[in-house]
Amino acid sequence: MPMPYPRLILLVLAAPLLALANPYEQQLANGLRVIVREDSRAPTVVHMVWYRAGSMDETNGRTGVAHVLEHMMFKGTPTTGPGEFNRRVAAAGGRDNAFTSRDYTAYFQQVPKQNLSEMMQLEADRMRHLNLDVREFGQEIRVVMEERRLRTEDQPQSLLLEQLTAVALQVHPYRVPIIGWMNDLENMTASDARLWYDNWYAPNNAYVVVVGDVDHDAVFQLAEKHYGALSARSLPVRKPQDEPPQVGVRRLTVKAPAELPVVMMAYKVPVIRGVESDVDPYALEMLSAVLAGHEAARFSRHLVREQRLAVNATASYDSVARGPGLFYLYGSPSEGRTRGELEAGLRAELARVQEQGVAADELRRAKAQLIAGQIYKLDSMFAQAMEIGQLESAGISYTMNRRMIEKLQAVTAEQVQAVARKYFREELLTVAELDPQPLPPPRARSPFVFRH
Amino acid sequence: MIPFRLLTCLFLALAMQMAQAGPKIERWQTTGGATVLFVENHSLPIVDVQVDFAAGTAREAAGKAGVASLTRSLLDLGAAGMDEMQIASRMADLGAKLSGGVDMDRASVTLRTLSMPDKREPALAMLRAILSSPQFAADVFDRERARSIASLKEALTRPDAIASRAFWAAMYGAHPYGRYATPESVGALTRADVLAFHAGNYTAQRASLAIVGDLSRAQAKAVAEELTAGLPSGPGGLAIAVPEMPAAGEQRISHPAAQAHLLLGLPALKRGDPDFFPLSVGNYSLGGGGFVSRLMKEVRDKRGLAYSVHSYFLPLQQLGPFQLGLQTKKAQVNDALQVAREVLANFLDQGPSEAELKAAKQNLIGSFPLRLDSNRKLLENVAMIGFYGLPLDYLDHYPENIEKVTVADVKAAFSRHVRPEHLVTVVVGGE
Repeated sequence: MPMPYPRLILLVLAAPLLALANPYEQQLANGLRVIVREDSRAPTVVHMVWYRAGSMDETNGRTGVAHVLEHMMFKGTPTTGPGEFNRRVAAAGGRDNAFTSRDYTAYFQQVPKQNLSEMMQLEADRMRHLNLDVREFGQEIRVVMEERRLRTEDQPQSLLLEQLTAVALQVHPYRVPIIGWMNDLENMTASDARLWYDNWYAPNNAYVVVVGDVDHDAVFQLAEKHYGALSARSLPVRKPQDEPPQVGVRRLTVKAPAELPVVMMAYKVPVIRGVESDVDPYALEMLSAVLAGHEAARFSRHLVREQRLAVNATASYDSVARGPGLFYLYGSPSEGRTRGELEAGLRAELARVQEQGVAADELRRAKAQLIAGQIYKLDSMFAQAMEIGQLESAGISYTMNRRMIEKLQAVTAEQVQAVARKYFREELLTVAELDPQPLPPPRARSPFVFRH
Repeated sequence: MIPFRLLTCLFLALAMQMAQAGPKIERWQTTGGATVLFVENHSLPIVDVQVDFAAGTAREAAGKAGVASLTRSLLDLGAAGMDEMQIASRMADLGAKLSGGVDMDRASVTLRTLSMPDKREPALAMLRAILSSPQFAADVFDRERARSIASLKEALTRPDAIASRAFWAAMYGAHPYGRYATPESVGALTRADVLAFHAGNYTAQRASLAIVGDLSRAQAKAVAEELTAGLPSGPGGLAIAVPEMPAAGEQRISHPAAQAHLLLGLPALKRGDPDFFPLSVGNYSLGGGGFVSRLMKEVRDKRGLAYSVHSYFLPLQQLGPFQLGLQTKKAQVNDALQVAREVLANFLDQGPSEAELKAAKQNLIGSFPLRLDSNRKLLENVAMIGFYGLPLDYLDHYPENIEKVTVADVKAAFSRHVRPEHLVTVVVGGE
């Protein structure tokens, strides 16, 4: 008989205990950590390999190499020909892909659970034995340039974010776009990719995350079998490259073909460095939820619906990152309203929090969403694996997730007001505006030409 | 290592069993005439509900393009005496999420809620209010119409949106699937248009409910009755006209973007057509199978012409499109178009190789469990089966329907559904 209510209480109360057992973790002698979360709802499994090397580890002149290498990882080893990786995953009834971020590069396969071993064999092979063929590189770098055109050059809002980030940060490598500057891509060589691979692709710079209908001991044995033979290597020294203090507001404008103007503001804020000792990042997360966490949140309520100042307005902040934090506010003004008016409107919302704080029911609402979101996440093995992987990439143990939720739930209205006062200051702010340019008048559409 | 092999055998046996059996779906009708499909699943304290109405853009009258989408977006912005903020605040308090959208055939309203009664019951009550007594307040209508116009104007600067519109217009002409909203058509809409569209289309007879999750059958039955009790009654949806097939042709539209956007296709496939299986198997090899398709190999891997290249069939109530698409830097647009056309022509001529056929089946059948491994994915599948009236054992027979496809079946199906004399091409941007 379904008795959902008592079970949920059990779920929430028992979670700290469960967390000790599931996920399970083991470290191989070569330093590779293997984290397994058992979830038997369906006979599938997601297998991910995360490398602690992202665009923030790149050097000038070679920006984008982390992502280029991600592409090259599908181009073959001595035992697995070019494209063979994808063919094997497909034949196993799987889906696979990879993603590069500022903090990490990660590879994943979702497969029926009986094929996990084969996935591990394939990943272990390319962890050390990548070909990096010059001819393959020559083709693939062109694909990456197309990707940059698609995702950045022709996307006014992406260009705006890219420029904003490069101005807000002047020293820290977070300033560089993950996909790299076009000129760096044009001048990149296979040996740049090789150097990157040799520097960072080692078991002691990686961890494996497995979520699915598996037995953790069996997974640990498979991991030992496939990854165990790889040797640890010494890794390059990582310099902190801390951003020097900003000393005044920064402003920039991007002109691009578009219709809607955009205002994007970024304040320098902290991220989580000590799960237990930190307070501010949790308060900033709750502030972000109060401002823009749902349809009834302040930006939507005030700026879009009541004042009709914006066609959309939102806030975004991520407290989990290896590098420095930025708290973004952005939106597009309604027709007849200016970018300046929207910026003033966004600032007025911040001032209101600074002066009057947030209401108890606003905070309670944000927390209710948080708890529900934790339960909804259990519906996706992929989301569970991502959560583990992302925390670990920022140097936070996945075992702290539960504690982070508790810390978020403990945030007070006073703490939210305090962070608003502390960080939303002119000298921490960069403002970027998209100044939309009309498209050249379209040449008369070619009449429909009939093909024979 | 013996325990290992044993384990693998067990895994295999289980997986084979799963691959043959989809979820247990129950179907019934509410007293008001709405169709309900239900999958009971207590593994998580979550309930997902999707309500689909035959109220997509194809139901818009000529000259009223945009009314379907505007009606759907206004649905949860004021209902049963509550204004939009009261609804949104209450849903947020409950941790419940409303979503949905509109396509050519369907307007969808989706609710995800926790299943404890103190969360579930008020969330479902809110959904009922939205379905049965939306208010369409005049000031909210004005604002949402203005926002809709703003986003349309923005979209019309984007090469992908321009290409997509021109493509559908070229394929379908004056057929309802070929219509699209413009800033002018939305600007001309009135609140009365929305009220009329709602009254005529959001009726019990046109509703199909999918419910997945932590409810008993009796509870689901009560929920379905409750949700649909207040729906207006009206005639069922008329059939959508059969589209006329376009003549092959090519249209070029100038745009300053760094990349040109290419689309090729034609009206091709209805939901429920048995050719869906050979076409799915064939398209996997042509351009559907992610990184292993012919288009990916020829356009991306061998020539570096594009980051993304795809082909797919989108079966709809009436003939939905077959579409082949890619983006490439503008100087190489003609090269890319030529390669894409050659790959397609070659495939139409010869079909897949036996090896390709085997690989396609292996993946489509092998990956079947991945299509059903969350409540969210179950909901999508079940809602589709319910709305389009597919057999309840559709998922159970999916693997065997894929397995029995032959190379000859693929060739024959493609020759019936993808005829070059009807293939339209749209290119936005380029030199």
